[in-house]
This record gives sequence, C-alpha cells and structure tokens, in this order.
Amino acid sequence: MVSTRSLSIGPGSLSYTDLPWIIQHREDRCTLCGHCTAVCPKEAIYLAYRRQRMPKLDILSKKRNNEYRTFVGIRQKKNMENSCIGCSMCSMVCPNEAIEPVPNTNENRTLFFNNQKGEPAKRGGRRNEVGPTLLDRIMFNRISMLTDPALDAGRHEFHITTTLGRTLDPEVFLKRTRDGGWIPPTREIFPFVIGSMSFGALSPNMWLGLLQGVAYCNEVLGIPVVMCTGEGGCPPWVLKSPYLKYIILQIASGYFGWDEIIRAIPDMQCDPAAIEIKYGQGAKPGDGGLLMWFKVSQLIARLRGVPEGVDLPSPPVHQTLYSIEESVMKMIQTLSTAFGHKVPIYPKISASTSAKSVLNNLVRNPYAGGLLIDGIDGGTGAAYNVSMDATGHPIASNVRECYLDLVKQGKQNEIPIFAAGGIGKNGNVTQNGLALIMLGASGVHIGKYIMQAAAGCLGNEKNRCNVCNVGICPKGITSQNPKLYRRLDPDQVAERVAHIFMSISTEMKKIMAPLGRSQSLPVGMSDALGIADKDAADRLNIKYVC
Amino acid sequence: MCRLALKTASEAFSPYEVLQGMEAMQEGYDGSGLGLLLRGLEFEDFKYNSKFPILSGIAHTEESWHRLNKFMENRGFELRYDHEFETRPEMIEATDRYRYFLRAYKLPASLSAKSKDEIETELMLTRLALRKDGEDHGNDLTAFSFWPDVATIKEVGWPLEIGDALHLFDNRIKSRVCMAQGRQNTNYGINLYACHPFFIQGIATMTNGENTAFVPIRDWLLGKHFPGYTGYQSDSETFAHILHYTLKKLKLPLQAYKHIITPLRGDELAIHPQGDFLRGLRDSCRRLIIDGPNAIIGTLPDETCMLVMDQKKLRPATVGGRPGVWAIASEMCGVDAMVPDRDPSLDFQPMREHTILVLPERKELTIWSQHDPYPLGQAA
Repeated sequence: MVSTRSLSIGPGSLSYTDLPWIIQHREDRCTLCGHCTAVCPKEAIYLAYRRQRMPKLDILSKKRNNEYRTFVGIRQKKNMENSCIGCSMCSMVCPNEAIEPVPNTNENRTLFFNNQKGEPAKRGGRRNEVGPTLLDRIMFNRISMLTDPALDAGRHEFHITTTLGRTLDPEVFLKRTRDGGWIPPTREIFPFVIGSMSFGALSPNMWLGLLQGVAYCNEVLGIPVVMCTGEGGCPPWVLKSPYLKYIILQIASGYFGWDEIIRAIPDMQCDPAAIEIKYGQGAKPGDGGLLMWFKVSQLIARLRGVPEGVDLPSPPVHQTLYSIEESVMKMIQTLSTAFGHKVPIYPKISASTSAKSVLNNLVRNPYAGGLLIDGIDGGTGAAYNVSMDATGHPIASNVRECYLDLVKQGKQNEIPIFAAGGIGKNGNVTQNGLALIMLGASGVHIGKYIMQAAAGCLGNEKNRCNVCNVGICPKGITSQNPKLYRRLDPDQVAERVAHIFMSISTEMKKIMAPLGRSQSLPVGMSDALGIADKDAADRLNIKYVC
Repeated sequence: MCRLALKTASEAFSPYEVLQGMEAMQEGYDGSGLGLLLRGLEFEDFKYNSKFPILSGIAHTEESWHRLNKFMENRGFELRYDHEFETRPEMIEATDRYRYFLRAYKLPASLSAKSKDEIETELMLTRLALRKDGEDHGNDLTAFSFWPDVATIKEVGWPLEIGDALHLFDNRIKSRVCMAQGRQNTNYGINLYACHPFFIQGIATMTNGENTAFVPIRDWLLGKHFPGYTGYQSDSETFAHILHYTLKKLKLPLQAYKHIITPLRGDELAIHPQGDFLRGLRDSCRRLIIDGPNAIIGTLPDETCMLVMDQKKLRPATVGGRPGVWAIASEMCGVDAMVPDRDPSLDFQPMREHTILVLPERKELTIWSQHDPYPLGQAA
C-alpha cells in the first residue's frame, strides 16, 4: 500500500468513468492522422506516447533488465474544462472508424464539479429530458369515415396558412371600413415559424443559410415561411433588402441592434413581417438574453453597438418600465407607430401560470397583434443549467387554457396565440405543431428543430454537445469563429430549409386530410385530439382514448 | 348522408309532393329523422294572416301541453288558429307524442307596438324559453320555430311514413316553399333538434354532409353570447347561424355569406375588384370558414331560396325547374321527382364560387359568382 500523499489525487480528480462521455479508441485502426484531435472543439483528446513493460520470464538468465515497447494512441483528458461533450466530430472526421464517444452509463460525477471557480454551469441548447413529450403522445383520431369522407392529401386544394396580427371582430371591422378607421395589419404566413435565434447566437453562415432558405420557400415554393431574428438586430443589408418582409424583428430588454434598425427605417424597401417584443423565454424564464464574450466578434459588436469580447447579458425585464402593464402597452404602441401602424407587433412571454393575465391585457390593447408563449422545452443559446432544468412551464396546457379563455370571451379569432418550446424535439415536428394548433395555437415557432434538421446541430437531450454558449460549435452553427463557421455552407443550409418546409407542408396535409379538413387551418379543433392519459386529457379538455 | 329537397312554386302545394321527391332519394337516409319547413302558408280551414307568428313543435305529454298554453297566455299571445293534425300514431316510431302543434298567434298589443327588431327578439326568446321549459321537464316539450309564415314539422322515421302518419297528403296545409331533409344519422345522437332545417329569426337552412370545422365554429358562435346561438345537436346548425350572423348581425348583403363560409384564395382576392375588403372580411370571419363537404340550401323570409356548396364541392346539389316552379335537391333524381315537366338540360349544379338564388318572383335562376364585383356600397 502506498501512502496517499504520493498519489496525485485530489477532491476533484476524475477518471474516465466519471465523465459523461467516454472516448473509445481503437489503436489497431488508428492511422495517427491527427484529424480527430484537430477537430475536437473541447480539446478533449490528445495524441499520447505510452511505454509498456514487456516482462521476460527467463529465470535461468542472470541478466536483470526489462524490455519495453512504446506505442502511440489517442487519450481523453479527464479535467472538467476538457471533458468530452459527445459531439462525435472525431468519429465524423476519422478515416478509419477508429474513434467514437460513447455515453457513460454510470452516473457521471462531473455533475458535482461543474461549478469550477465558483461559476455555476451554463450551457446552450436544451432542457435534456429524454423520452416522448406530451405532444408526441397526442393522436388525431376524429377520422372522417362516412358522411364526410377523408380527403386526398395529394390532390385536394389545402389552405394551410395562418394569420399573424390582430384581426378585428367582424362588426368592428365593418364599422371601421365604413368610417375609414384603422384596420390592424395582418400577415398570411406558414404556421411553422423559424423561432427567434439571434444574429450573434447563430453564426453568419447559419443566418444567411436560413434567410436564403426562407426566401426560396416564399419566392419559389410558395410556402410563406417567416423567421424571427431574436435579439441583436439584423445586418443592415438585410434591413434594406426586399427580404425584410420575411423577417420578424425582435426587440428585447437589451435593445441590442435597434440603433441599426431604427436608422434603417427610412431606407427600408418593405415592412418587416412583424415585430416581436421579448418579455420572456421558455428555456430560462425570468432571465434576460445572454451572449457570452466568446461570441462577441467584431461583426457582432458592430451590429449591436458594443465593444468586442464582452459578455452581453440582457436584463430580465425592460428597463424603461414604470409598471409592466404600462410598459407592454407603451412598447407595443410605440413600435406600431414607428412602423406606421402597418406591422403587427406582438410580445413573446415564457409559459407561465400568469400567461392568462398577460393575454387578457393584450386583448384590451388595440395595437397588440398576438401573443407568443414559449414553453419549458424551448432552447437557448446560453443559460444557467438551473434555469434551463428547473424553471418554466410546459407549453400544451398553457396554450390550451389561454385559448379556452379567449373562447369564453369570443375573442379567439382576434388575438392569435403562437406556441413554442419543444416542438419537434423528438423529430415529430408536424405532429407536435398541429397538436398545438388543434389545442388552440394559431401557429408554432421552431428553433432547435431547425438547427438540428437544417444545419445538423449535434445537440440532443442526453446533453450531447450543447456548447452553443461558448462559441465552439463544431458544426459552425452557433460560432462566431470564422474557422468554425466556414464549415457550414449556407447554400446547403438553405437547401435543407426548403426540404424541411416542403415536408412539413405535405405532412400537414396528411394529418388534415383524414380529418376532413382542408379549407382552413384547424385551430382549436380539439374534437380531433385524443391521448391515452386520463389526467392529461382532463387537463387539456380533449378525449381520453385507450 | 342526408338528402335534401326544396320546392318553391308560385302556387301553394302540399308538402307531401316534396316527401315524394324525397322518396326518389331514399338510398341516402336511414329514417333517423325528417324535417319539413314551410313558408307561404295556406290552410284549408283558416284564412291565415301571414303576420301571425306560428308556433311549431311537439308536446310530448298532456301536462306539457297545458304548460305551453299557460305560458303563451301569460306572455299575452292570443291564439288565432290551432291546426289539428289528423294523426295515425301507430305509424310513428316514437310513443311519447301527445300532440303535434302548429298554432297561429296574434301578438300582444304591447309587443306589436314595438320595433321590428324588438318583436323579432321577443319571438326568438319565446321559442327559446319554451325549448328550455321542455328541457327542464325531461324533454317533454319541443319547440322548433315561432315566426310569421313559417311552419316546421320534425319527426324521427321515414319521410313518407311520417307524411302518411300526419295526413300531410290531405291538402289541409299547403305552402309556396317547402324544405325537407331526410336524415342520415352520423356522429351525433338521434334527437328531434338535430333534424334540419334549422331555423333562427326567419332564416332557415338545411345541409347534407358534415361540417368538419364544427367545433371551432360552434365555439366562436357561442362566444358571441347571442341567445339564439345555442343547441348544436347537429353540426349543420352552424350554417343557419352563420347566415343569421351575416344578414342580421353584420347586416351584410346575401352575397357576403359565400365570401364568409368559403372565402376566395389569396391569389383570387388579389385580382378581385373588392379584394381588400373581402380579404379583411375573410380574416375577421376566419372562424366561420366551413370545411364541408356540404350543400347548403336556405330560405329567407321573403321566400327567396338559395343554394351554395362548400369549397370542395364533394356533394354537388342540383337546381332545376321552370318559371313558377323550381326545385333544389341534393340529388338530381330529387329534382326530377319534384319538377318532372322541366327542361333538364337547363339544370344547374353550382361550382364552388356560386350562390344560386330563386327569387320570390320565381321567374329564373339567379347565379352569383364570388368573382363578381361585391356590392360594397351596401356593406360600407
């Protein structure tokens, strides 16, 4: 037994089996090309020389020496800073399938050490909850069988757009038409919106690819997709381009990027699709946006009007407020005025037990053009783990009770509710989206799904990758480092965006056709929904089926 | 799938003729209900003043019959005519039919002095109060309509048998307009109130097919908190209420109905002369977009008859006839049976954009297209 003092083991020492991901390396296949170590975003692996004693059992010889062999191999670092995130870039670049990360099935002890230097863990990405979501479990079961035959998804004409912006009660609409009054602006959009991911959170190539894809969907495919900027503005050339009409500009509590936007207003060729005022975010409710210093490059600093390389935390609330109600009212009215009352303005809030009161506030605000509610399964570019894991409210019941509240007031056609947070989390994007629409949403916002499907984001619910916050995105999606984001070809992203929306559009028809619906988006068609969970069925006021 | 038949003629005729027309389409209903709605009434034994509202319904028990009498007396309605059906109860499936009633009342003086709107509201509220009274007493009283010059008969069973059971062949009742629906029970229970035609304040519609957008439309109409927007034992009741909402609440011309239930596409609106207005109308009435398949046949207080299809047009109805007599039916054979002496080559099957009208003069068909200019002057 050796004395403990001679071992280099401290309280924070970890072994391979303590890490969330373990690198498995096959020396017999390795060509020592070095691609894996070069590509690893965490520098978690390194090329190591090792010496091995070769015991010789030659008892008759008087010679006392050992033989040694040396060999090289890829080894994994065991410290927290460099622990493997499971992104698998090493396997992707390996010419010989010699290396891969595998998830540790043991409980990983890094969870107790992820507060190095007193800083609680932060990450980008998602909530990390595996398994089917409630939305995944909802079935569409009012199938047209007799009097109303199911439709032909391939041949019928389907109307699958939704309205963004406030619509007036028909009697008010007619009165205003007669009197020459103001009719609030609306947009006819595809009900799956690319959710707010900022220019700053996303790399320039990713952003460009998305915009190219959105423009292609609108102008070539005839699918009126819009995308939201997130906080942080928009490149000036986009603000002054005809593509602005496909963009929802977000203003949030840091007001980042709005100097550029306001200055560009006189030169805008068209109005933006809408303005989103972010009051809250589902992934980290009650927390402001956060762009960590790693990502504040020269370009981002210029767009946002800040120095390079500083953390950009937005405050949790809008600072100009006197009272929150007044702030909401004033901001909506001010922004509506700034764009000549020709652009829908709507707030985005975190799903919350208090969502209904926000909604009712908006119902009474003539300038409010909708409400976006973002649920706990929403993603983020950066947040404290504890915010992401433990705060928030699931989206389904929140949207449902808000919708039913509007129904009670007969206002469900006036203020559209949009839902976000976990739509397509397990790949079932159309099913999830239409389930929310039938629960009462007028449309949904998708963020993580787009990153995964359009750009190959490697993140998953097992905490794979999820390093969007520190700018080392190995696919170049959320990095501001040109060496990384040049890995992402905007044209290929655009192509994927087009594929995604073509496919969602077909799947929507495949869901609506058996329900006998084709003439309008089935908002609030809750008679078509069922779930094999009595409690959920009761809560959502849909059918329990088994 | 329900079968629909409407006949309108300058000379009053027996509703039995329409039931015979229904017989031609009998493959399409299952005896789960018949509804008849008559306008332009003539009674053999009473010179009817078409201003007197007629209360139509069924008293299922003697007790409810007395309650009805008392209720109407208390409200000050003076009974002027009580049509006594000669019935053959053995031909009716249901056993709880104490009395079918069609009774003409004179308005109480206090009411007749009021405005048209107030009178119309009172008539509707009276019907609803009677309906509620029946529902509160184990459904022992059913009230279908209470309106001048409108009689409604509804019963569960096969149309012709019901006609025979109620002696509708004896020409004691005739009308210039008769709507009939033979019901095919679909998703919803067999219920007298689920039989078409549906009636609200002078407006009546009947429909075949099913309204797949029923729940969102119903929810929206309920949110208007208008007392007459109630019931919804059938998804098709919403069509009558949307027509009522269009004409009575929005006070829009009849052309607007089609623009509300099946608005034109965005690209069609872009080239429509009143496209901006119609786009706004579509947006603000978005929850009233129907999602058939349906043929909707309606009648208005001035005896105008109309036919529209849903956008998908999977249930093509036919209209045909000659000056003075016209028929609309969900099946061509129904038109044949009701107006055999017409030129069938002039029959018309509306496309998705059409509204077909037979105006009270009954001289010719009027065909409106949604692509035609919309009479904005009347709307705005």
